[in-house]
Amino acid sequence: MRELRDPSALPEMRSALRTHRLGWFEVVMLAVFAAVYYLLPGYLPLATQVAIMIIFAISLDLALGYGGIETLGHAVFYGIGGYAAGFYALYVWQEPISGLLVAALVAGLFGVLSGIVVLRAKGLTLVMLTLACATMVHEFANSMRAITGGDDGLSGYRIDPVLGLFRFDLFGRTAYVYSVCVLIVVFLLARIVANSNFGLVARGIRSNSQRMQLLGVPVLNRLVLLYAVSGALAGIAGALSAQVTKLVGLNTLAFTLSGNVLIVLILGGIGRLYGAVIGSIVFVALSDRAAAIDPFNWLFILGGLIVLVVWLAPDGIVGRFSALTWQFRKQERKP
Amino acid sequence: MPSLSTLLSLFIDGASYGMILFLIASGLTVTLGIMRIINLAHCGFAMIGGYAALALTSWMGLPLLVALPIAILLTMAIGFLLEQTIYRVVYRTHEFGQILMTLGLTYLMVATINLIFGSLMQNIPVPEPLSGVWLAGGLTVSKYRIFLVAVSAGVALLLWTTFEWTTFGTRLRAAIDNPRMARACGIDVGRLLSIAFAAGCGLAALGGVLGAQMLPLEPFYALKYLVLVLMVVTVGGLGSLKGSLLAALALGLIDTFGRYFLPELGAFVIYVTVFAFLLIRPRGLFQNA
Repeated sequence: MRELRDPSALPEMRSALRTHRLGWFEVVMLAVFAAVYYLLPGYLPLATQVAIMIIFAISLDLALGYGGIETLGHAVFYGIGGYAAGFYALYVWQEPISGLLVAALVAGLFGVLSGIVVLRAKGLTLVMLTLACATMVHEFANSMRAITGGDDGLSGYRIDPVLGLFRFDLFGRTAYVYSVCVLIVVFLLARIVANSNFGLVARGIRSNSQRMQLLGVPVLNRLVLLYAVSGALAGIAGALSAQVTKLVGLNTLAFTLSGNVLIVLILGGIGRLYGAVIGSIVFVALSDRAAAIDPFNWLFILGGLIVLVVWLAPDGIVGRFSALTWQFRKQERKP
Repeated sequence: MPSLSTLLSLFIDGASYGMILFLIASGLTVTLGIMRIINLAHCGFAMIGGYAALALTSWMGLPLLVALPIAILLTMAIGFLLEQTIYRVVYRTHEFGQILMTLGLTYLMVATINLIFGSLMQNIPVPEPLSGVWLAGGLTVSKYRIFLVAVSAGVALLLWTTFEWTTFGTRLRAAIDNPRMARACGIDVGRLLSIAFAAGCGLAALGGVLGAQMLPLEPFYALKYLVLVLMVVTVGGLGSLKGSLLAALALGLIDTFGRYFLPELGAFVIYVTVFAFLLIRPRGLFQNA
């Protein structure tokens, strides 16, 4: 009965009921992003990739970490967002921010449609359906060579200056600042969603969907909504990548990307949003270093890393860290 | 409308393709049925088998039919070793950890194969008596394809008899239906699983070697054909060999015919079919697990 009297005794409850203020983590992150801009100008393209990866991983964290939606095809939203932004810039308007919104809308809409059909399933079937859905879209984009460019990818569009003021420069300064700003907005949005009543309901569904159903929560409805929000954020990540690199390739829809973003999230730790940040930094930095040496050796490092992380720190780096600090605090409290 | 002989040869191509998929998927469906582990590394064992046969034939000059059993045994040994070590950890972690760990293992396999064999696409040469075609009426049939269908049909029959008519098969079916109950009846499910795992690796290796004509060997083999193999297992129903066989044949045929009649859509046809099918029957053809 101790848990009932003191809700903070359960780690799940503790994280759900904690008041969510902006803490030291956000301050440190902002400082790091600012420092990179001034101190490491040569690494701005890489840092932009990190920012985009963080957005993508945050979107997956909402679906997987909060809603428990096990997906092996999250790249589908990233790719759809990317292609949407590409087509928008190519045929409609070159303004970047409206491009992001359009991509978010298209990806979110796809999230609703695919969510309605896919999210009825659970467990292995859900994993397979998301995988089949992503592969289907990948193959579709591949076969529509005339429109999507097939293997060569979609390119040849240009993007107007951000807000009509900041032109995308050769050194990637605008791209970096633009991506970081989008990241901040997405991070705050995701926090609001995660800490809202809706976010609590999602966690409830992850823990025990049957019970939530009995409590009168329209489970499928909520899951579809969460999936759509997550998809829209992933679409923003894809669109950002499309605008910054001026290229949308088929690899934005590929299984490897779905796998990589999962790895990022597990590396950092799921269900806490911070994990996405730490995981992305570690992943992109490692992949850049290792790929510079030899792309195949990178797979050695990546494969070994995943096996070790799941083995030794199943909750990810952040989870390991917070578990340690929690133990430490508990010991402190004991006389 | 294409002629009857074209249809027939398409049918044989599709069937042999499906049988290869079945050989690779059969081990996976059994381990999945027992342990509920999504073993993404399973396709890697087919790749290891294929490359082992390649090394034995082209480096050591052994004939394919001698190299084949050695490659299978080698793959089984590797599979057994991995099952005894890394997979022990995999079984203990949460569901998503399992997916990721086996994915990591697949990456390690891809990197290792690339280190040893290079990244080029490789082919295992077909032995002399099996190469060439038969001409029967207007029909041209590759001898190798017939050989493939015959061998895999034999293996499928062998599997089916083991599964249905032996004590080992009965135990295996019990473990798939209800692992806890099977354990309570005194069946050593862990040992059963180890054997099934190693046997599955051997079957995958057989599929990898024989199917090298259709699924050419390359380091990314383990990832490239993974989705197809997983689909066979899911469409067939977890733990159901019969289901996997039917699903593999259907997938092979639909893919072959789809690519012939709708070449501009390519592999899209097969994924749409699978997606639609899983929506109607989320637990696959045979829902016994």
